[in-house]
Amino acid sequence: MLQADATVAAIELRGVTKRFVTTVGTAFTALHDLDLTVAPGEFTAVVGPTGCGKSTTLALISGLEAPSTGTVRVFGEPVKAVGRSVGYVFQRDAVFPWKSVLDNVAMGPRFRGVDTEHANADAREWIARVGLDGFERYYPHQLSGGMRKRVALAQTLINHPRILLMDEPFSALDVQTRALMENELLDLWASSGASVVFVTHDLEEAIGMADRVLVITAGPGTVKGTYKVDLPRPRNIAEIRFQPRFIELYEEIWNDLRDEVLVSYERSKHRVAS
Amino acid sequence: MSAPSIASRRNAVTARADAAADDFDAARARARQRRRALVQVLRVVLAVVILGTWEITTRLGCHGPDSGTCVVDPFFFGQPSGIWSQLVSWVQKGTAQGPLWEQIAVTLEETVLGFAIGVVLGIVFGVALGRNRLLSDVLGPYIKAMNAMPRVVLGSIFTIALGLEIPSKVALAVVLVFFVVFFNAFQGVREVDRDLLANARILGASQGQLSRHVILPSALSWILASLHTSFGFALVGAIVGEYLGARKGIGLMIATAQGTFNANGVFAAMFILAVVAIVAEALVTRLENSLIKWRPNAITEVTI
Repeated sequence: MLQADATVAAIELRGVTKRFVTTVGTAFTALHDLDLTVAPGEFTAVVGPTGCGKSTTLALISGLEAPSTGTVRVFGEPVKAVGRSVGYVFQRDAVFPWKSVLDNVAMGPRFRGVDTEHANADAREWIARVGLDGFERYYPHQLSGGMRKRVALAQTLINHPRILLMDEPFSALDVQTRALMENELLDLWASSGASVVFVTHDLEEAIGMADRVLVITAGPGTVKGTYKVDLPRPRNIAEIRFQPRFIELYEEIWNDLRDEVLVSYERSKHRVAS
Repeated sequence: MSAPSIASRRNAVTARADAAADDFDAARARARQRRRALVQVLRVVLAVVILGTWEITTRLGCHGPDSGTCVVDPFFFGQPSGIWSQLVSWVQKGTAQGPLWEQIAVTLEETVLGFAIGVVLGIVFGVALGRNRLLSDVLGPYIKAMNAMPRVVLGSIFTIALGLEIPSKVALAVVLVFFVVFFNAFQGVREVDRDLLANARILGASQGQLSRHVILPSALSWILASLHTSFGFALVGAIVGEYLGARKGIGLMIATAQGTFNANGVFAAMFILAVVAIVAEALVTRLENSLIKWRPNAITEVTI
């Protein structure tokens, strides 16, 4: 790479199309000609209707899936396999139910060759950082949904990912827990300097947290609009939604998003009817 | 209203609620105890009714030396008192082929060996085929064909090839156990949560680490569920193997009793088998609980 490091995008998707073969054998296009660039340290939220390929986008960036056509680059390097600089927080619980909180969090460093003693010490630190000290010996089934999410966050952040991918991470939480977790995530992110791609169907969450909001069209997904969120940081998620600028942005983006949501809704009605 | 009075009222309410909760707990504990006692009594009553009917019908109407005159002929159908005296005689005087404990020990040895080997082979093949599509596509039809075959007939081959001693019975038990464990392990590997696999890969797991930290623990609940059934199969393998030809064992005792028209002997051997199976089942359950601490309720077979 001849470019200077500062100008290299953290994530760069160019003309990416992703097709799947469904279980009945027909081809399904999840993403069509998608362009996406995320600068180093930028918090990007991706919103779009159900089934628009948001999760697929994350799978491509992480290297879990390969694009059908187009290129995916992370820090200028084409993505060929699951990269070491990537962290991924899943929508559903993806903590290992047969491992205690400590072992769950220590998994990343241990997979990457750190000896048990150092990995555990590091894990204890992260468990404390997400507010779970005292729960090291608990198993996931003994924790609440919000606590399991904290375990997932610690498990991901302990690897110091430069790219943090989040797939509707808080959608299963109740509203109060969710606002708490969103604020904590912003604090953790502020001190990490990671580039974030945060997928959500909740526009308030997207505007509240991100530097930039991307609207994706109803499937096959492609970028419909990009909005810069010029709200000052640090932000308080619970209170930011009362600011006039927030409401302006919300109206502006919602106008764009509404059509896509309607298209997606009509299609799903059609599927149910047929 | 002043703050302290609110606080004191709240305390009073809490105290009353606690007292009510204590009463409720005590009442529930008593109800549970009563129910447990009722179940125990009914169980005993059921056993008494069944054994009593059996005993009485094999004694009613008998006259003369011909047992065929009884309502139920004890010569063919046995008799609880006769079964009991058969058990006592086996314990005190030993069986036709040696002391009773020796027969039980031989059968148990065959069962446990067959069980252990079958389980290990089942897990190894199940995980290997579950993880490797090509291997499972190639071997799939053969395994299905072998599974469709009534494998007990293999006992004859094993008796011819491996002789009358322990190995032929172990081989039959292995064959019976293998398929049960294999299919569960295979299914368990296939059912591993995709998000968990993806998460482990993102966290940096190698293929070996995926197997060890994600796939095996996840398949373990399936494998353990199969252990209950497969221990029963191991016992069947050992008994049928002995039945087909042996020098020692409970299966041979049944064959001998059958050969001498000793119905009580057959029932007595069955009783011993039932005790062995129940003890083994309890041990497998303990093993399961010690291996799966992380789950509130384990998947088990339907239990009564």
